[in-house]
Amino acid sequence: MSKKHLDAPRKPRLAVFKFASCDGCQLSLLDCEDELLAVADAVDIAYFPEATSTMQPGPYELVLVEGSITTPHDRQRIQQIRRQARVLVTIGACATSGGIQALRNFRDVAEFARIVYARPEYIDTLATSTAIAAHVRVDYELRGCPIDKQQLLGTLAALLHGRRPPLPRYSVCEECKRLGHVCVMVAHGTPCLGPVTQAGCGALCPGCSRGCYGCFGPKEEPNTAALSAQLATLGVDAAARTRLYHTFNAGADAFRKAGEA
Amino acid sequence: MKRLHLEGLDALFGALRGAGYTLIGPRLRDRAIVLDELESAAELPIGWTDREQDGGHYRVAARGDDARFGYVTGPQGWKRWLFPPQEVLLRARRLGQGMRIEAATVEAPRRAFIGVRACDLAAIAVQDRVFVHDPGYQARRAACFIVAVNCTEAGGTCFCVSQGSGPRAGAGFDLALTELCGDGQHRFLVEAGSQVGATLLDTLDAVEATAADHEALEAGLARARGQMGRRIEHEGLAAALREHLDHPYWQKVGERCLGCANCTLVCPTCFCAEVEDRMSLDGSEAERVRHWDSCFNLEHSYVVGGTVRTSTAARYRQWLTHKLAHWETQFGVSGCTGCGRCITACPVGIDITAEAAALRQA
Ligand code: SF4
Ligand code: SF4
Ligand code: SF4
Repeated sequence: MSKKHLDAPRKPRLAVFKFASCDGCQLSLLDCEDELLAVADAVDIAYFPEATSTMQPGPYELVLVEGSITTPHDRQRIQQIRRQARVLVTIGACATSGGIQALRNFRDVAEFARIVYARPEYIDTLATSTAIAAHVRVDYELRGCPIDKQQLLGTLAALLHGRRPPLPRYSVCEECKRLGHVCVMVAHGTPCLGPVTQAGCGALCPGCSRGCYGCFGPKEEPNTAALSAQLATLGVDAAARTRLYHTFNAGADAFRKAGEA
Repeated sequence: MKRLHLEGLDALFGALRGAGYTLIGPRLRDRAIVLDELESAAELPIGWTDREQDGGHYRVAARGDDARFGYVTGPQGWKRWLFPPQEVLLRARRLGQGMRIEAATVEAPRRAFIGVRACDLAAIAVQDRVFVHDPGYQARRAACFIVAVNCTEAGGTCFCVSQGSGPRAGAGFDLALTELCGDGQHRFLVEAGSQVGATLLDTLDAVEATAADHEALEAGLARARGQMGRRIEHEGLAAALREHLDHPYWQKVGERCLGCANCTLVCPTCFCAEVEDRMSLDGSEAERVRHWDSCFNLEHSYVVGGTVRTSTAARYRQWLTHKLAHWETQFGVSGCTGCGRCITACPVGIDITAEAAALRQA
């Protein structure tokens, strides 16, 4: 059994912190309508500015972190949070790979600031948007843009009872086939990132006859070279492939490289 | 052998529904022939075919006639109705310091499978051996009525002939139909394969098949045999595969393979599953769920100390050698029935028949 369980005699204290992000993943937690009371029963919500005004200081048994690191200040703040956290779980594409804002990693951020802001000298930002794991040790990662509500609840339930969270590393195709969806790539010729993307969303996009956009990031050992060759035969040219890989998880190694290839 | 006119199909569907069966059969959805619940014969994919199949490629097309069973094999096999993608095995409830564990109730509704092809009859027979001790599978299997349909055409990835499983339904059905509609007379030839099937056939308005019907059946089967898109040469194949376990060719396949698991999940004989425990937030209730898994996943071969099959090449080798060599040793039959689904469903078109041939020659 994992040592990372939360079998404290009192209710484990939960904190939710936000970095550069849109708040969508935190909202997934608030969106757990039916289960929200059970969550509030099982943990002591000590710090969650999105939901309550009580802000108790750490340490916390369980910390959920949303968002990526984009400023020198946040780079410091995540270190302090890690010290306060017994178990730290990152939630969403921003926290796990740098998010859509990691597109800045490929460009000149100083130039952006000059174009966008009247007084760019007021902007104190890093040249890159990076995942939380690039700065501190992360115990578990919930992928997705946004995260999947059931994965979040399953992870909380597992951690509360001393079990390893059920977070598969295999492909979206596996969920797609279990659900009986028709393969959009094979039957329609629609480009799909499912074969290189980690499961967890319940194959949402193929279920709507759309190709997977890869919002859950790379699966275990993703073979992007083989998929890219197949995408090319489906008529997806190099520029379009770059756009396909470089979205929510452009900062994840495998997708970054696939988009640069 | 009997003969039913086209409307006889409605009568057959009606009789099955009257006997309490839910009908599961082919219909057109999202530009594919899928298996789903049917209310009536009008929901069949009338006038559609899916013969256009190749590595990573599947297309439906209008046939230009009104054949009810004019398709070959859709992406799904029948296994999801017997070995469901997800099944609760047991439930546990906390009681003070202890807990109470209950086996989940097995749901085994009476189902009639409409349009089972010969390759899929063979696949069901394979899984019958695999799940011999599985109460859920056995209950669902015992509750089903099988209406097979002989193939008079074949698709681009079919190779039942070289697997000895088709195109004619040999055994394992209650009724077997052959649709004949090319000569202006739309009709079905019907053969009973069980007592239940024979009893049901007696209630239908069927007449004795004529010599011309028999000829048309043989001609249709011959056409299907002649249209096989693929083949596997079996003589000495298992031995060759066992000798070539360390051949660099596996690495070449491993470089093309996405490790996406599509091949295993569409394969009607693949049976691997993983078991996962889920619990409520307050820890008062838990359930043990079994769901489809694949030998292409790293965790599938995870034991204390790590994953045993550490490369895609090793995982592909496991799959192919199990299908075409070790299955025979394990279950006394081949693990491949020649349905061609793994070839069609592989997004990069990796082809079991081509890889087997390459490894034999390697
Ligand atoms: S639609 Fe996409 S995710 Fe689904 S099986 Fe096909 S390639 Fe995989
Ligand atoms: S190995 Fe491929 S062709 Fe053979 S039964 Fe399985 S899916 Fe069909
Ligand atoms: S052989 Fe094809 S379908 Fe099977 S895991 Fe490899 S890429 Fe996926």
